[in-house]
Amino acid sequence: MTIAEDRADDTAQPSPAPATPRNRSNSTVLATGEDMRALQTIRRGLHYSPELKEGLLGTLTLAVVASSGQVVVPIAVQQTLDRGLSRAGGPDVSFTVLLGLVSLVAVLLTTWASYAMTSRLFTTSERGLATLRIKAFRHVHDLPLLTQNTERRGALVARVTSDVDQVSQFLVFGGLLFVVSVGQVAIATVVMLVYSWQLTVVVWVCFAPLFLSLRFFQRKLSESYSTVRRQVGALLSAISEPVVGASVVRSYAVESRTQARIDEAVARHQKASVRAQSFTAFSFSLGGVSAGLANAGVLVVGVWLGFAGDVSAGTVLAFAFLVSLFVGPVQVGTQIITEAQNAIAGWRRVLGILDTPADLVDPGASGRVLPRGPVDVRLDDVGFAYPGGPPVLSDVTLHIAAGSRVAVVGETGSGKSTVAKLLTRLMDPSSGAVLLDDIDVRDVAEASLRSSVVLVAQEGFLFDDTIMANVRYGKLDATEADVRASADELGLADWLGALPAGLATRVGQRGESLSAGERQLVALLRAHLADPDLLVLDEATSAVDPHLEMRIGRALDRLMSGRTSVTIAHRMSTAEGADEVVVVDRGRIVQRGPHARLVTEAGGVYAGLHASWTAQHGPAQHTPAQDD
Amino acid sequence: MSNADRAEDRAEDRGRGSTRAGFAVLGVAIKREPRVFAISTIGSVLFGALTVADAWVLGWSTDHVVLPAFRDGEIDSGLLWAVLALFLGVALLRAVGIVARRVGAGIMQFRLQAASRRAVTRRYLALPMEWHQRHPTGQLLSNANSDVEAAWSPIAPLPMAVGTVAMMVIAVGQMLVADLVLALVGLLIFPVIIATNVVYQNRSQGWATRAQELRAEVSEIAHESFDGALVVKTLGREPQETERFAARALELRDTNIRIGRIRAAFDPVLAALPNIGVLVVLAAGVERVSSGAAAPGDVVTVAYLLTIVSFPIRSIGWLLGEFPRSVVGYRRVQAVLETQGELPYGDAAVPAGDGGAAIEVADLVYGYTPEQRLLDGLSFGVAPGRTVALVGATASGKSTLTTLLTRLVDPASGAITVDGTDLRELAPGELARVMAIVPQTPFLFDDTVRGNITLGADYSDEEVWSALRTAQADGFVGALGDGLSTRLGERGTSLSGGQRQRISLARALVRRPRVLILDDATSAVDPEVEQRILAGLRQGSEGTTLVVVAYRKATIGLADEVLHLADGRIVERGTHAELLDRSPAYSRLVNAYEHSTEHQTDHQAEQVTR
Repeated sequence: MTIAEDRADDTAQPSPAPATPRNRSNSTVLATGEDMRALQTIRRGLHYSPELKEGLLGTLTLAVVASSGQVVVPIAVQQTLDRGLSRAGGPDVSFTVLLGLVSLVAVLLTTWASYAMTSRLFTTSERGLATLRIKAFRHVHDLPLLTQNTERRGALVARVTSDVDQVSQFLVFGGLLFVVSVGQVAIATVVMLVYSWQLTVVVWVCFAPLFLSLRFFQRKLSESYSTVRRQVGALLSAISEPVVGASVVRSYAVESRTQARIDEAVARHQKASVRAQSFTAFSFSLGGVSAGLANAGVLVVGVWLGFAGDVSAGTVLAFAFLVSLFVGPVQVGTQIITEAQNAIAGWRRVLGILDTPADLVDPGASGRVLPRGPVDVRLDDVGFAYPGGPPVLSDVTLHIAAGSRVAVVGETGSGKSTVAKLLTRLMDPSSGAVLLDDIDVRDVAEASLRSSVVLVAQEGFLFDDTIMANVRYGKLDATEADVRASADELGLADWLGALPAGLATRVGQRGESLSAGERQLVALLRAHLADPDLLVLDEATSAVDPHLEMRIGRALDRLMSGRTSVTIAHRMSTAEGADEVVVVDRGRIVQRGPHARLVTEAGGVYAGLHASWTAQHGPAQHTPAQDD
Repeated sequence: MSNADRAEDRAEDRGRGSTRAGFAVLGVAIKREPRVFAISTIGSVLFGALTVADAWVLGWSTDHVVLPAFRDGEIDSGLLWAVLALFLGVALLRAVGIVARRVGAGIMQFRLQAASRRAVTRRYLALPMEWHQRHPTGQLLSNANSDVEAAWSPIAPLPMAVGTVAMMVIAVGQMLVADLVLALVGLLIFPVIIATNVVYQNRSQGWATRAQELRAEVSEIAHESFDGALVVKTLGREPQETERFAARALELRDTNIRIGRIRAAFDPVLAALPNIGVLVVLAAGVERVSSGAAAPGDVVTVAYLLTIVSFPIRSIGWLLGEFPRSVVGYRRVQAVLETQGELPYGDAAVPAGDGGAAIEVADLVYGYTPEQRLLDGLSFGVAPGRTVALVGATASGKSTLTTLLTRLVDPASGAITVDGTDLRELAPGELARVMAIVPQTPFLFDDTVRGNITLGADYSDEEVWSALRTAQADGFVGALGDGLSTRLGERGTSLSGGQRQRISLARALVRRPRVLILDDATSAVDPEVEQRILAGLRQGSEGTTLVVVAYRKATIGLADEVLHLADGRIVERGTHAELLDRSPAYSRLVNAYEHSTEHQTDHQAEQVTR
């Protein structure tokens, strides 16, 4: 039993029951890129988003200029004090005016550099990440995961949304800022060294405890924030209970229990958040303490050095400013290192998508084009198994003549849905070949395949738009007249007319404003407009309104005429109406032929299926078919 | 007017007019958490005062320690110790201030969030189903989550902003003490910084909101596109989907770049303003010192004050920037909290008794509006232990009737009684004691299998397994990793639709309800399995009064009586066989399934003829 089968046709539960999903989903592993190192991640990232490299040198140069602006004022203070204010014989006014003007120009220049740098940074980062986002989105559609493992879709959405946002936040606010911060610390150190190496050593010694405790705090911070993230998930889930499960909570009178669960989740989230906040506060306050220590150290040691004539008063005071230059970038840098880990992890996850190979290879330009007209279908010794799993289909050889109607029947988990997936090339067979008009599907050009072969799935998925837009999804250039003509042909015109806004009726998210049966009708219209030469239907199992059921039956019937059709039948009535029935059991074709003959083959799988179905639904009464 | 211009207008509109309302929200917050606010504000003021004190210590050290020491070539060691103690003391106290401010702001913000979340979810649990039905799920979820977060978002920068104001006052005072003329420079720079900040916030706020909207749209498109992957893939529409996604992703990119450019323009200016201020102070200072009006230490103090005070001024901008989001969030949360209209309860109990309970429905009318009646004068009774099937086309009123029977809503007129007691007179929880419903769409809690079935009530594992057996769910539950302790729901193992329905059924069965309502509760279960469930139900819960909404003949066939509903009325009643006999409309309805067979057979015949 495979996960895909399990999702498609709800599993009957005779023992032994299927293994847990964990064991089964190995066929659809998505690369998380966890083994990628930080530098490698950045390199791969640059490969997929070449925009990020554009003008990087210029941006870095600007960053250097911008950050050097930070030292303009401390130098000006020192110069003014030493040569202006404290000069023996009174201040040198003309010198200070000149100095002031030079500094002003320097400040303006670095301000401009800072503007240009930030602006470029935003532009290249956002451009690069938009490219990455779109590439990843496109690639997700090529992953088998999407059509086979519905559980992971939420995670895939996160990869093209929040993960990319995280990288973006990091690149524009963190990445370069970190480089700049390191640069500032370096520049401040160099300037300090020029003034006095002894005082520089004092400053670094005072900051040493901070640097040494960085790792500890960083670990604590990332731990506590990951706890917060977990608690956010639990909180959201608890909050959804009185909303999504409102009627269950009400009718089972479990309000107080539900409230208690919410209160607990709220309290845990609160506790985790406060804890994380406290760690942040403590680690942040350390920088200030180090700065105080450094200031005191500089003054005391500076005065002492002054006696030896090694430093001037201005130097000592300039150090006070330089220390404050030191604190800022150190604190910023600390914060960025923590964020960087999350961002790099997010980047890895996005790249992981692009590194997961699409398992269906598009033949590309060499692809062949299927001729129009009903398709001749041939399964040639086809076998299929998910990687590492037991065979789902074995030795399946089948010829379906162009224009015929075939029903595939079988028990839940027999492999019948897999046949539909192979015919529509949602998957490729593990062995053997699927031939359409004698061309291996793997050699058919994607565009040709998709316009010739259409699958109508169990659940008619609709986009949150009008019925018109949803139907036109089958043929993008269809006019309203085309859509109406299709509706007429399928006998659905009066149904459309009865809808509140006709074709302009909005269907809601996933089409949920319509009933399940109505969604099916829209899906059939969509398929009709697409005008395929091979129609593959995965029939709905769950009961829909009988009136609609009838309508669907009639529409289906008209839809199938003039094409080859393969129906994965969940109802015997469908099998009865087919030209030929193919019975699948445990991955093999065990019987084939028209209904009338198969039903008489005593002891056959088909006769058994038919008997149990009749027992369930009862013989149809008061219908001409039964009266015969 | 071009699109871009309009977008710009929209974006700027959002930035205005919420300042007063924002302060009102802050007022509420402070009133609710006065103590934590006081602590964090004191911490912040302490931080601010000591930041200023730092400058004062530096200035004092310049005049009394550094310059004399360099001038005289000697220094009192006591003075050096004093400098050391002063700097360290100030730094430590400042750290205490930071911690008090940040932790205090955190406690305040998260407490307010938690209180709002508790209050909002309490309303959700109290408000009637009718209200729930009128509000989209997504909206209610964001009311309790992101709106709460947004409402209290200004709390994080609040203490810092208050502290900054205090710091500015102290700094200006200090400057005035140091030197009147130099202080004037500071007095000019501060307002310019604040004004620049406000302009910055106003310009970027609208775009930031737009970016937030676009992020939501990008996410919605991705969700929808991945959900519909089968359709996308089989119709080969990947290029169009990518185009649709790209259009929004690129708009988001452009909006982010715009925000970045605004930021790029303002940030350096905000950084440069104090620097320019310091240069002006130095120039003026030279003049003041040479004329003997000020000491060099005064110049140093004022310059240093300008440098350190101007950065935190941004926090005032951050605070004001959070206002628009906060006001919207707060109003949405309040709207939920102020909604009235709980279902009133009585204090009656259902008389104790074994076996099924009797249900009497008298002249039941229900509708969203008086004109549009979903149920229109329904009357029927179900004797204890009997099984009634509700059959009807879509929108005939079957599901509405089940919501009235379980008192998720009250009728407009008419009454439902259980063993003679009107549902409206029952005490809270009383109805749930005798009646259980299994809805068509099962809801699973983020809990273990056991928790999902007992819902916290006291049932033994044996009772739970027995219910699972009747629901034909013992097989797959037994195969789950941790059996009854396996976690289900959003963050647990996911089950198929039919498996979920069976868990939901077991939840009802374990309670041994005297009335069991199945609202098409096995629609996603295989027919064969459904058969076994129904057989088990009839065996195991004899005496339970059963109301079933059903489509499949086998299910309908189990009922003692069938009510055929159409347009909110009972059009026919009797046994399945009687109705088939008597009512062509009923026959058409239940046979429609088979009609499609007939039609296809016809078609086949046609093909043969051709």
